[in-house]
Amino acid sequence: MGLTRLAINRRTALMTSAAIAANVLNPMRAFAQETPRKGGVFNVHYGAEQRQLNPSIQASTGVYIISGKIQENLVDLDANGKPVGVLAESWEASPDGKTVTFKLRKGVTWHDGKPFTSADVEFTAMQMWKKILNYGSTLQLFLTAVDTPDPQTAIFRYERPMPLNLLLRALPDLGYISAKHLYESGDIRQNPTNLAPVGTGPFKFVKYERGQYVIADRNPDYWRPNAPYLDRIVWRVITDRAAAAAQMEAGELHYSPFSGLTISDLARLAKDKRFVVSTKGNEGNARTNTLEFNFRRKELSDIRVRRAIAHAINVPFFIDNFLGDFAKLGTGPIPSTSTDFYPGANTPQYPYDKAKAAALLDEAGYKSGAGGTRFSLRLLPAPWGEDISLWSTFIQQSLSEVGITVEIVRNDGGGFLKQVYGEHAFDLATGWHQYRNDPAVSTTVWYRSGQPKGAPWTNQWGWEDKTVDKTIDDAATEIDPVKRKALYAEFVKEVNTELPVWMPIEQIFVTTIIAKARNHSNTPRWGSSSWHDLWLSA
Amino acid sequence: MRILRLAGRRLAASIPTLALILIGVFLLLQFAPGDTVDAMMAQMGGGDAATARELRKFYGLDLSIPAQLGNYLWRLIRLDLGFSSIYGKPVASVILERLPPTILLMTASLSFAFFFGIVFGVIAARGVNKWPDTVISILGLIFYATPSFWFGLMAIVVFSIYLQWLPAGGFEDIGALQTGIWRTLDIARHLVLPTLTLGLIFLAIYLRIMRASMLEVLNLDYVRTARAKGLDETRVVIRHVLRNALLPMVTLIGLQAGTMLGGSVVVESVFSLPGLGRLAYESVVQRDLNTLLGIVFVSALLVITVNFAVDLIYARLDPRIAAEG
Repeated sequence: MGLTRLAINRRTALMTSAAIAANVLNPMRAFAQETPRKGGVFNVHYGAEQRQLNPSIQASTGVYIISGKIQENLVDLDANGKPVGVLAESWEASPDGKTVTFKLRKGVTWHDGKPFTSADVEFTAMQMWKKILNYGSTLQLFLTAVDTPDPQTAIFRYERPMPLNLLLRALPDLGYISAKHLYESGDIRQNPTNLAPVGTGPFKFVKYERGQYVIADRNPDYWRPNAPYLDRIVWRVITDRAAAAAQMEAGELHYSPFSGLTISDLARLAKDKRFVVSTKGNEGNARTNTLEFNFRRKELSDIRVRRAIAHAINVPFFIDNFLGDFAKLGTGPIPSTSTDFYPGANTPQYPYDKAKAAALLDEAGYKSGAGGTRFSLRLLPAPWGEDISLWSTFIQQSLSEVGITVEIVRNDGGGFLKQVYGEHAFDLATGWHQYRNDPAVSTTVWYRSGQPKGAPWTNQWGWEDKTVDKTIDDAATEIDPVKRKALYAEFVKEVNTELPVWMPIEQIFVTTIIAKARNHSNTPRWGSSSWHDLWLSA
Repeated sequence: MRILRLAGRRLAASIPTLALILIGVFLLLQFAPGDTVDAMMAQMGGGDAATARELRKFYGLDLSIPAQLGNYLWRLIRLDLGFSSIYGKPVASVILERLPPTILLMTASLSFAFFFGIVFGVIAARGVNKWPDTVISILGLIFYATPSFWFGLMAIVVFSIYLQWLPAGGFEDIGALQTGIWRTLDIARHLVLPTLTLGLIFLAIYLRIMRASMLEVLNLDYVRTARAKGLDETRVVIRHVLRNALLPMVTLIGLQAGTMLGGSVVVESVFSLPGLGRLAYESVVQRDLNTLLGIVFVSALLVITVNFAVDLIYARLDPRIAAEG
């Protein structure tokens, strides 16, 4: 009853979703044969300042959005999501999968004029990716050495087979190169270059005024002919989402990436001809809303209770009324945007069925007590976005209808991670799982048992399944792509059956950009990419 | 000489207060779950446990809480505010960078609120229960009741988006990078909306106080005497009433310097100003204890200074106060 009334209000608020749909389907309007125009300043919304800006030691979109323009990776993804060389021109894996040879681009120089060579690759891989970079240390766990027989060749040697497809899909995010000559002495983490990045990319770092802006200018010596087009990029630090939307409208901002505006502002700007609001260009940044179960709670360790909870929540209703067209029904840990791994039929699923939920709870021995309550749980929502907040309230209301009382405990970022992943002080937790193009990069750690306590976004549920562990390990070193895909299909089926973590909603980040921008959103991780071909029409 | 003694006594009295505030904030923040390394992990989007352990050691977070507090206080005695873990710079220089926008904003808002508070308060008191009083009182009530973030956003919608008169945010124009007088004018232009937003709520308070205090003084015997002497009304108000009616206003400034720092968090966020308020908010979220304590320290100093200035003004306005001190 309460739910229905709320829903009507929400629906009125999101009446504009039809307009959004139009943009999703046709994000790039007026794309006639215009000749690219040089010049212009591009103002970018920067919502969350980071502690440092070196993508070789921190994998996060907050870093790529700036330094992805300044530093470059070995490999990036093209418009079809296929790996394409950037600093690497070509690559080859040995038949046993234990060595991967990269041929590097010639004639590339760092912004300080020094040449880029294989020594930079060797240094970055061994000192940064393997030791410091989040997810990089997992990806490169079995990397033993990088040989550099000549300045244009880097040979990665692995202790165990490294699937070439995995490496190439991980490297766009986890393969940024830093200059050895700037980092070889002293503590890498404390190096001042981390806040004044020097790279080989199309834009050169100019100035970083904390709390205000970052500026980068065109690199006149860039190796791609005729690129870049823009004179300057300015990232403006704006933490307040409503203020950012106002600045877009006032013409002071040209681009707000990664769903940086509120859901209602996105819907409003989508109707404005001056802007394009779309999920295009973010396919490589899919995220899934989660529901994480703590197995240390007796009730939740019972599979019938977990399934009952999934059946009790009307996910399509939530998506339609709260998230609009930017989200869809999720089917498991691998999102449908991952065409190389999405298994298609992700069985089993848990459609909304309140009666079935009640029956499962009865069967598990949790009958309704006084006032219809069966038991109560503490739910910790992550503070990353308004969708998580809405979702946690929706869970609370849905579960109360089957007799489970939910208390929502809100924390800020540090508090959430500490309580859930450090102290396991939760019954239910909800947040985002970010998918990074290959399940081995950041997905399987949510399910693989034996993760050290306190490591965020890993299996901290107290759940253990030898079969799933084995599937995960096999898939991580399987070099035959067909067999690998089959193993991940198996993995999805296993975890969908056991349901240690439920991933019921699939979302793609939303981009808001001015309509006169050209060549934007043309790769699956465009917000993070180098923008060498971006230009502004008159 | 008497004033110097007053100053010395004031400062001596504020040192224990300052110490208590710092220890209190330090202990309070220990109750927040998670530390700066957790916040760092949240920002990075994950990392392994070994890295976390190493970072905790680097930031001295592996020590016991009394040891951490002891270290902090010992550094403070040597006037060292420590090292900021989010900025990777000494806290003192981080705060120094963020201080000018906040001080500008506070001074501008306070002056604006104070000046117009007096003007409107006097007008309202002179026309008590007539239409100017009614209009001013209703406006005051509206300003007082409106949340400042909403007011700020509406100001942006009207003045930046529709009229395009003023910038929607930021401290200065980044594209132009001006110098000298042009830079000053540019910053002033950027500060108009934030000043109004932060100042209006205080304006509402000041005009009410001013109105009440004027009404009270206007009824005193010496005012009647002044009128009886045949002085014209303007002279009575300016020379005789205003000076005495100002006393409660000055008291309020001292009290509100601290409140204003709190209010600036919201205004600085809405207008993307790189001030102390936003820095404080970020250091709480990032669990950057050193920076937060540094800000508390500096703000406390600021409030103490303002209160001291208020005392001086007091003595000037009413010589009896200085005589008693």
